[in-house]
Amino acid sequence: MKEGRPRSFYVLAIFFAAYVLFLYGPMIAIYVLSFQGPQGGLTFPMNGVSTYWLTKLFQGTGIIDLGASFRRSLLLGVIVMAVTVVLSVAAGMAFRRKFKAQSILFYSAIASLIVPSIITSLGISLEFRIIDDLIKAHWNENFETSMGLLTSGLGAHLTWTLPFGLLIMFAIFNRFDPRLEEAARDLGATPWQAFRHVVLPIILPSVIGIGLFGFTLSWDELARSSQAIGAVNTLPLDLQGLTTTVTNPDIYALGTIISAVSFAVITLALGTIHLLNKRQAAKGSDAGKGLV
Amino acid sequence: MDTSEDILQQVSPDLVRGSDTARPAKAARLSPSFVSWLQAGPMMLVFLAFFLIPLVFVVIVSFWDYNEYQLLPAFSGRGYTDTFEGCIAQFPDLCTIAKTYLKTLKLCFLVWAITLFIGFWVAYFLAFHVKSKTWQMGLSLLCTIPFWTSNVIRMIAWIPLLGRNGLVNSGLIKTGLINQPVEWLLFSEFSVVLALVHLFTFFMVVPIFNSMIRIDKSLIEAAYDAGATGLQTLINVIIPLAKPGIVIGSIFVITIVMGDFITIGVMGGQQIAAAGKIIETRVNALQFPAAAANAVILLVITFLIITMMSRIVDIKKEL
Repeated sequence: MKEGRPRSFYVLAIFFAAYVLFLYGPMIAIYVLSFQGPQGGLTFPMNGVSTYWLTKLFQGTGIIDLGASFRRSLLLGVIVMAVTVVLSVAAGMAFRRKFKAQSILFYSAIASLIVPSIITSLGISLEFRIIDDLIKAHWNENFETSMGLLTSGLGAHLTWTLPFGLLIMFAIFNRFDPRLEEAARDLGATPWQAFRHVVLPIILPSVIGIGLFGFTLSWDELARSSQAIGAVNTLPLDLQGLTTTVTNPDIYALGTIISAVSFAVITLALGTIHLLNKRQAAKGSDAGKGLV
Repeated sequence: MDTSEDILQQVSPDLVRGSDTARPAKAARLSPSFVSWLQAGPMMLVFLAFFLIPLVFVVIVSFWDYNEYQLLPAFSGRGYTDTFEGCIAQFPDLCTIAKTYLKTLKLCFLVWAITLFIGFWVAYFLAFHVKSKTWQMGLSLLCTIPFWTSNVIRMIAWIPLLGRNGLVNSGLIKTGLINQPVEWLLFSEFSVVLALVHLFTFFMVVPIFNSMIRIDKSLIEAAYDAGATGLQTLINVIIPLAKPGIVIGSIFVITIVMGDFITIGVMGGQQIAAAGKIIETRVNALQFPAAAANAVILLVITFLIITMMSRIVDIKKEL
């Protein structure tokens, strides 16, 4: 590496640094501004430093009940995370063998990823409206709606998180040596034992990655929630609502809190992945490294 | 072999190859195909219930009738005729809807071109100039982290910078370059494009980086040994080999921007019309068939763009 770098290295290094600055600069600006003094406004210069706007959020003096939407987003995120992990790992296992409908599932996942969110969201809301109409017409005239956080909302979020989960599983099993599993079977392990004691420990760090993807994608999801969540709001929806009426730095304070949760989850997950990898390297055998 | 297996074979050779070596376990009582259904079925059901059936409903409802209060399940082209209202009367002038779609395409093209440029060089730097694996990991992570936080936050982050009294304006005034704040910085097409680039360059960097990192470095050395200049190597070796990543990234960015209504709403000060905004506005007015008709149109346009892109590069082959 000491052989001297070409000039293009320095040009691109500056370009890269500028990109990173572009990426982080504005975000850092709002994190700083959320510590604006009580008299401060939406822009620099700061008018004193305080945690006034952050604490104001939790006092619930605003127009909206942020505490409730915070809990809703958290609940939804955790459920989406759990479902995404289980379904992605299961489907990822299925793709290691040929099966009918393989191509349908593959194309559904890809399509779900690239069909514009507003269309998916509209479709789900239409579907639930039609279900509601059917229930009202045939069973219960007083029925309100089947749309909600854990019905249409959960479904909408899963159409976004599952394709990512499946693609990560592809990447995992690309690097996975199937001989490890065969060895387990030859030693008499049942398929479940082979999965539980051989496959799962090896893929666990990446599975945590899927969980992390699932939670943060759901936690920050807006476009798919917008039409499909029903009467309640998630935190990003509240935040979007605030953008049209915003006059105070409390919107930045809210942004800072949402980001803080995202970053905490990322750090936690990356830390766990790192620990598991270290543990694997320390305690693991030479399995999977091949004979030569 | 059908096409999806072809693709899978290329995306992940071991996945398909692994299937040949898998032997039924001694203790297995369930047939392998039943196990596959059990494993893949739940995900398929989710896509069926929350993606495929809803898409069908979008198409069906786009042909329904409606009044101010509700959907009327009877065949009608009203969703479409309302959308294209006045288009023939105004011809050859463009009607609102045509203008809106043209504007959406224009935004889309701008964002695509800029994200492609930035994404390509960022990925190039990471893949070819950063030699140590740790640094490569660290720097890619640095680019990825902002993607994990709420898009709205990343949008409003521009307000203190671009606003009337924002950093950019006050800076320009202090240096004496301008006397009055520049108005077009915020709530304009400029701010929309800026925010979209800020939000979605990530979707370009990752796939391009992924295909660049798979390029055999000896190919590049061979090009240099054969006397190619840096530019020739770039055009004849690196770009063709990075094409799959470029196409995948482009498809992501284009589909996101075509359907976007949140960024365009927030950063455009709710003033800029775009395809996604039309759908949102129609939904808010409870005109679901019209919203669905616009969704169908948007879907068709997006699909056409993707098909065109996959013509330029044979995705099936390149994947």
